[in-house]
Amino acid sequence: MNYSGFKVFWEGLTGNKGWKPVWREPEPKAEYDVVIVGGGGHGLATAYYLAKEHGITNVAVIEKGWIGGGNVGRNTTIVRSNYMLEGNQPFYELSLKLWENLEQDFNYNAMISQRGIMNLIHSDPQRDAFVRRANAMHLTDSAPELLDREQTRAMVPFLDFDNARFPIQGALIQRRGGTVRHDAVAWGFARGADSRGVDILQNTEVTGFDIENGVCRGVQTSRGPIRAKKVAVCVAGSSSRVMAKAGMRLPIESHVLQAFVSEGLKPVIPNVITFGAGHFYVSQSDKGGLVFGGDIDGYNSYAQRGNLPVVEDVCEGGMAIMPMIGRARLLRMWGGIMDMSMDGSPFIDKTHIDGLFFNGGWCYGGFKATPASGWCYAHLLATDTPHETATAYRLDRFLKGAPIDEKGQGAQPNLH
Amino acid sequence: MIINHPLLGPRDAAEFVVKGDASLIDRPDGLEASMEQMHDYAYLRDNPAGQHAELWYHEQGDRSWLVVTRSTTTHEVLNVELARDVARRKGRSA
Repeated sequence: MNYSGFKVFWEGLTGNKGWKPVWREPEPKAEYDVVIVGGGGHGLATAYYLAKEHGITNVAVIEKGWIGGGNVGRNTTIVRSNYMLEGNQPFYELSLKLWENLEQDFNYNAMISQRGIMNLIHSDPQRDAFVRRANAMHLTDSAPELLDREQTRAMVPFLDFDNARFPIQGALIQRRGGTVRHDAVAWGFARGADSRGVDILQNTEVTGFDIENGVCRGVQTSRGPIRAKKVAVCVAGSSSRVMAKAGMRLPIESHVLQAFVSEGLKPVIPNVITFGAGHFYVSQSDKGGLVFGGDIDGYNSYAQRGNLPVVEDVCEGGMAIMPMIGRARLLRMWGGIMDMSMDGSPFIDKTHIDGLFFNGGWCYGGFKATPASGWCYAHLLATDTPHETATAYRLDRFLKGAPIDEKGQGAQPNLH
Repeated sequence: MIINHPLLGPRDAAEFVVKGDASLIDRPDGLEASMEQMHDYAYLRDNPAGQHAELWYHEQGDRSWLVVTRSTTTHEVLNVELARDVARRKGRSA
């Protein structure tokens, strides 16, 4: 089934009776070429690109719950490529390029909106830092722009430009950044993978790995054993728990990040605004709700909910820079579990166990990486070599002295 | 979360900063340990879902280091001790 404007129109006139489920609910086969553990955005994107770009279709995606029920459904939907370091920026630029063409590629409306992302500048040193970042972004043609105070005011006049502690001096803006309808990303990739023959096995929990003489031969699941030539784990948030079943310890801690949505309002925020100095960022969804968040809570957690001190901190940040937000009521808040790595950067790598691959450690930046993560993971699985933009995402990078630490915080996961 | 401080009684978690896994007390001897041992100490974590002993620093209070044992699935605080007492028990502090 192909989606089009005409199809929507026709179904509207005929009682919407022609829509069909867009992926199957198959029984597990005894063996696959590749088993992907984790049916989130990254796992489904990996399956999609394995099938589409590499012709590998004897693939299963195994998901404990329902697909797209983890962090791809719990984030604040922002996409951008405004990183700085060599190991990161080309990867995120690849991701943004894939986002830009994604809807045509998988024929699914992901409501990709390049409304621009703006990082506020409050001081001369911060401007210097952002100028440096912008120069790094130019190396990958990521189109950064620096705005002065008046240009910024013209775009977002409602901010408190004369804030006593953080007066706004300007902004770094990437107009190609923006927001995406997050659930549709999971569904679009799932549909694209399924239509090419990938089996999506929901409500199937991986309970162990079959490792024989240092080689991974498959997985044990709640629906029986499944053999596989390659097993690709992709379960950010639960990485340590799952990889412990293979006897591995990871350079990762699990932390909770909270997000918030206000009641629906008329269009008021034209873009994505980040107030890094005050731990607050905000955009407005197409339904009208202000979507905002701040820092992680800071303690290890697998509970998908946080505590009130961070709620207070985020709301103070919002009130400080955007006083009008005080007139809006908070509608919903929730928490997601992040793989916080030791340098704030992710992993896409083989493990020391042959046939077992690992993708995780996305910190709070996994959503924007979804297409490139799938693209590079599929490349690694299909060719046994890392994709050229993901060569730095190795599990042994701390041992080799090659961390990718954008914030320069060292091995302290709750500070990244 | 309320942290039952052994000296000060119940205190709000917001007064603390969290360092991480309490196994950080068990630092290998830097002169004796291999590179792999130091790497594993500094970078690898058990990161369990369930009971977890952590180092908490009472920055907005008496600046003591505590070992807080919590459930990472429910946020329930199960036990609080002075890190000093834990380190002494392990023979790591005078």
